[in-house]
Amino acid sequence: MSKLIKKRKPNRSIGGDIALYIFLILVAMVMVFPIVYAVSSAMKPLDELFKFPPRIFPQHPTFDNFSDLFVTMGKSGVVTFSRYLFNTVFITFVGTAGHLIIASMGAFVLAKYEFPGGKTFFKIVTVSMMFTGMVTQIPNYLIINKLGWIDTYWAIIVPAFAAPMGFFLMKQFMEGLPTSLIEAAKIDGANEWTVFSRIVMPNVKPAWMTLIIFSVQGLWNNRASTFIYSEERKTLVYALQQIQAGGIARTGQGAAVLVVVMIVPILIFVFSESQILETMASSGLKD
Amino acid sequence: MKEYLQKYLTLRKHNFQVAVKKAKNRKMCYLFLAPYAILFTMFYVFPVVASIYYSFTYYNILEPPRFIGLQNYTSLILQDDIFLIGVKNTLMIALITGPLGYILSFVFAWLISELPRWIRSIAVVVFYAPSIAGNCYVIFSVFFRGDVYGYVNAFLLSHGLIDTAKLWLIDPKYMLPICMLVILWMSLGTGFLSFVAGLQGIDRAQYEAGYMDGVKNRWQELWYITLPNMKPMLMFGAIMAITSSFGVCEVTMALCGYPSTNYAARTIVTHLYDYGFDRFEMGYACAIATVLFLMMILCNKAIQSLLRRVGT
Repeated sequence: MSKLIKKRKPNRSIGGDIALYIFLILVAMVMVFPIVYAVSSAMKPLDELFKFPPRIFPQHPTFDNFSDLFVTMGKSGVVTFSRYLFNTVFITFVGTAGHLIIASMGAFVLAKYEFPGGKTFFKIVTVSMMFTGMVTQIPNYLIINKLGWIDTYWAIIVPAFAAPMGFFLMKQFMEGLPTSLIEAAKIDGANEWTVFSRIVMPNVKPAWMTLIIFSVQGLWNNRASTFIYSEERKTLVYALQQIQAGGIARTGQGAAVLVVVMIVPILIFVFSESQILETMASSGLKD
Repeated sequence: MKEYLQKYLTLRKHNFQVAVKKAKNRKMCYLFLAPYAILFTMFYVFPVVASIYYSFTYYNILEPPRFIGLQNYTSLILQDDIFLIGVKNTLMIALITGPLGYILSFVFAWLISELPRWIRSIAVVVFYAPSIAGNCYVIFSVFFRGDVYGYVNAFLLSHGLIDTAKLWLIDPKYMLPICMLVILWMSLGTGFLSFVAGLQGIDRAQYEAGYMDGVKNRWQELWYITLPNMKPMLMFGAIMAITSSFGVCEVTMALCGYPSTNYAARTIVTHLYDYGFDRFEMGYACAIATVLFLMMILCNKAIQSLLRRVGT
């Protein structure tokens, strides 16, 4: 405690600090409450779900809702739970991997070389972050239709390769790499590809994680309901939300769905927080 | 005059030749950038152009697009009352949750920046989690259920604050405020992370110099040292806030239904979905998209020039 007090900045009042802590704890409780409530609902047996007055935590926690989820999905049609899971994992994995490689290659040359058109291109990427994907939904649909990709995984995977956010963050982070590192490798006779794959990429691992989490978040939560309609290619989230819409009898399973959907992005974030923050430090827009 | 023009032209020509020469020397760069540039153009730049083009046509996918001039826009503004409701709702949500979410992101990033390291990393997870929790916001429909068993109703009734159960998500009076509340709950997103990271990166020596120069409390420190250092992150955060607050549709659709009572929770994006993917009036939907696009870009440009002036 005394150590804490010694480390304090000279211009802070103790009263202010205590008030600050209390305030932050209150807000934090408000923020987590819905999430905690979703998790605990998912673990409540049926009779507790409709109990009134409600309790926040289940008295007899159970995983029945999760196992029921498997059963409902297996019954609902021709496709099993594992198939939906495979679809989403496949889309997320391929989309993220491709995005990482393609965006890093482009970001590397934009960050470390000057060439005509480079700056303009980056400006356009920045502008494209200013409007949501909603604006381009319809032409995108038409383009993918033209390419014959409707009802295939590619309808989701290929556009994800070009997501501007990951590209932007990667480029900003790579600018922080010392140019001397690259020049030294060049003098040793390395060509651009070697520089990129052996020198640059291993040095920007924090940015990888950031790019991965943004991409996974987008793809894992992608319902893709406008692009994919056949049952065996539907994403997990889409299938889960159909169960959720099944009314009051599925309340428990609906909560289980929420947990399954949110657990992956949150866990990835928890495990890579420090790397992500390291990348975000260079996210600023200078002009 | 002619002389100057001649001079200007030769200069342009010269510059162009230099650029071409440079480009030739940098062939590798173009090769590296090409895969991303091609996909980006295809799925992010071209759609905007196509959207503007289709907005002047009647297009239902089955027949080839037919040019009808400004008709889509005139019917949007003059005949489509529901669109105007959507614009009003979107603007209300954007003007309230956008700035508020942005300020909250900064305030919380700033408040937690002085906590010890391990508490700070827990706090970041807690504050950031709602924005990446998928469709967890659906849980709010349980809290705000319309009968006496809805938690908010039950709480207010038992404390005598209301005398009948309120239809929170069905009564147009309450829909938007509740949606805004949920959106605010989710608003500590990418911008928040950028702020947290930016605050860690400020050089401690600047604060120490500040104490010497007579910075007395945390407010002065914020104004004179922290904010000027955070300008690039503030710009980035503003883009994130504007983009997400104009694009609201999932929360309103999930909580208030689609369509909602009297279209009271309709937003521009909901309207776009309605015409694009339910009625397949692609031309009309593209006109909606173009309006939204212009609103977002203009708002972004305005905010950027505003932020540029702050702190200088």
